[in-house]
Amino acid sequence: MKNHGRLLQGNEAMAQGALYAGARFYAGYPITPSSEIAQECSRVMPKLGGVYMQMEDEIASMAAIIGASLTGAKTFTATSGPGFSLMQENLGLAIMGEVPCVVMNVQRSGPSTGLATKPAQADIMQIRWGRHGDQELIALSPSSVAECFSLTVEAFNLAEMLRTPVVIAADEIVAHMRENIVIPEPGEIPVIDRAKPTGDPAAYRPFAPAPHGVPPMSAYGSEYIMHVSSSMHGPDGYSNNSPDNAARQIARKNGKFEHHRADIVKTKAFDADDAEVLFVAFGAVTRAARAAAAKLRANGVKAGVLQLVTVWPFPTEAVAELGSRAKTVVVPEMNYHGQIAGEVKKVLGADADVRRVNGWNGQIITPRDILKAI
Amino acid sequence: MTCATKPCATAPYATGQQYLKDGVLPHMWCPGCGIGVMLRACLRSFEELGYTNQDTVVVTGIGCTGKLDDYLVTHALHTTHGRALACATGIKAAKDDLHVVVFMGDGDSVTIGGNHFVHAARRNMDLTAIVINNFNFGMTGGQFSGTTFNGAITQTSAYGNPERQLDICALAEVAGANFVARSTPWHVDDLTALIGEALSRKGFSLVEVLSPCPTHFGSNNKMKKGTEMLAWLQEKTVPVDVWRTMSPEARTGVFPIGRLVDRNEPDFNARYREVGARATGN
Repeated sequence: MKNHGRLLQGNEAMAQGALYAGARFYAGYPITPSSEIAQECSRVMPKLGGVYMQMEDEIASMAAIIGASLTGAKTFTATSGPGFSLMQENLGLAIMGEVPCVVMNVQRSGPSTGLATKPAQADIMQIRWGRHGDQELIALSPSSVAECFSLTVEAFNLAEMLRTPVVIAADEIVAHMRENIVIPEPGEIPVIDRAKPTGDPAAYRPFAPAPHGVPPMSAYGSEYIMHVSSSMHGPDGYSNNSPDNAARQIARKNGKFEHHRADIVKTKAFDADDAEVLFVAFGAVTRAARAAAAKLRANGVKAGVLQLVTVWPFPTEAVAELGSRAKTVVVPEMNYHGQIAGEVKKVLGADADVRRVNGWNGQIITPRDILKAI
Repeated sequence: MTCATKPCATAPYATGQQYLKDGVLPHMWCPGCGIGVMLRACLRSFEELGYTNQDTVVVTGIGCTGKLDDYLVTHALHTTHGRALACATGIKAAKDDLHVVVFMGDGDSVTIGGNHFVHAARRNMDLTAIVINNFNFGMTGGQFSGTTFNGAITQTSAYGNPERQLDICALAEVAGANFVARSTPWHVDDLTALIGEALSRKGFSLVEVLSPCPTHFGSNNKMKKGTEMLAWLQEKTVPVDVWRTMSPEARTGVFPIGRLVDRNEPDFNARYREVGARATGN
């Protein structure tokens, strides 16, 4: 029978994407506007032999998905700004311990409780720099319900490939929007599993140097004993205070993202090749930017859109290539300070004509708002 | 090679030394500290219960007690401060056939980590929590914690602690733990037996180990020697059977020791299996 698709909400599509990727362990704490992800998981997981855990807070949610991932499971949580703030310390643990997991941050307006049910894109810098120490992670930002599904599968693949947490930087708009999407059949989209150790178990070292910087990962219960630590550790996972070791571990844990940059950094370009006016957008605002560009094209202005599918690591190459070709670059985003505009300026230089369009009142930025910048 | 550093194949009793990493002794804990005594009791119980490196996960937090995973060759997770039980909850919920043993101090368990402690006990997660309560933050130099007595002198309570101490075992009991026990390194045989019992129980099991900290808590409170602190612990504790006969006034400042709670409620994973059966109609 032909798969005609289903009318799904973005939050439901993220939950379905996680299941498609093989995730069978969810731990979270309900928070608007992400709660439908928890609700979907609570209904589906028990049927699939998976686990739904409702933890006492987001600190514990992050901790639980780390613990479960170390048993070999694909694990995830979902939250919004206040909960994401609470997850930061244990996100650092996942980075230090190189524990694959996915964190869905359905961004809402802040600071603090803010406009709790309204959208924002103001956690972009918190996602990148919210933790102490030298660290890197991956963030993907969906602009549609279909991307809520496909980028979630991609997030798990990258998490497994790189042994890292991956954040889905969604927003309230894509999370609550309903669109018809076709859920692919099993096998249609590749699903990647973490590399497991082989050879002599006694020689296994979970944090050893490895090709492209990602050592194979054992699981609790395996004969390959795995010692994982929040403290600086040697290749064997045991505490190690030597400066040389610390320098090597930090360089490898960050360098693995450079090695895999081509796998990680994805953008989409719409009419951007000859664009004199280039909109650089991400998440729900991509849709407004595309409408604005279409309007300009209809009026004879060469306008296009560069969508940042990957937000972190920042897509420097695509921004440099298309941005330097354009006369004017416009960055619409739902935050006050222009968090992505700052990154675009960093890439294109102080002399480039980079214009900001910011909204921070809990409303989506409209094509009309964007066109005012031209 | 002596029995102090290598497994003694010929020892007529369980030593637990097969779980110790080679070449790590002597350990880092101060003379007079109770952590070493507790760890030995625990490793002996591992051996008696037939635990293997493969099926055992040791989870630790941060602080003096949190250092002990570095001495062991089992699977291990050294977590952030206070979050050991939340990480352990994820491990056990995902893989039920593991022995998950969580080692914490009074800071990890009921000060910064109090919320996780309450809820791990409420869920009756099948974990064994061993808490070293030395009445202060040792690793950071002896500041008061959630279990420091009112009036005690510490590095952050020079004129006496204005706060009151939390009763860890009472908290575990009201939160719903299956098994709750308390002992001290002075009562080492009882301690070993209670840890063995806690490890072999389903559901949330807690052993609180009242522990000397002569370096910090003791030296600030007129007990500079480990032996003085042991004598103090002996004086401060009474068997729970006796404690139950004492008047409320006489119980003040006295810790009941022994097996305090012994229940057999289903653990989280058992209840979750029932949920799974209902969801699938089996």
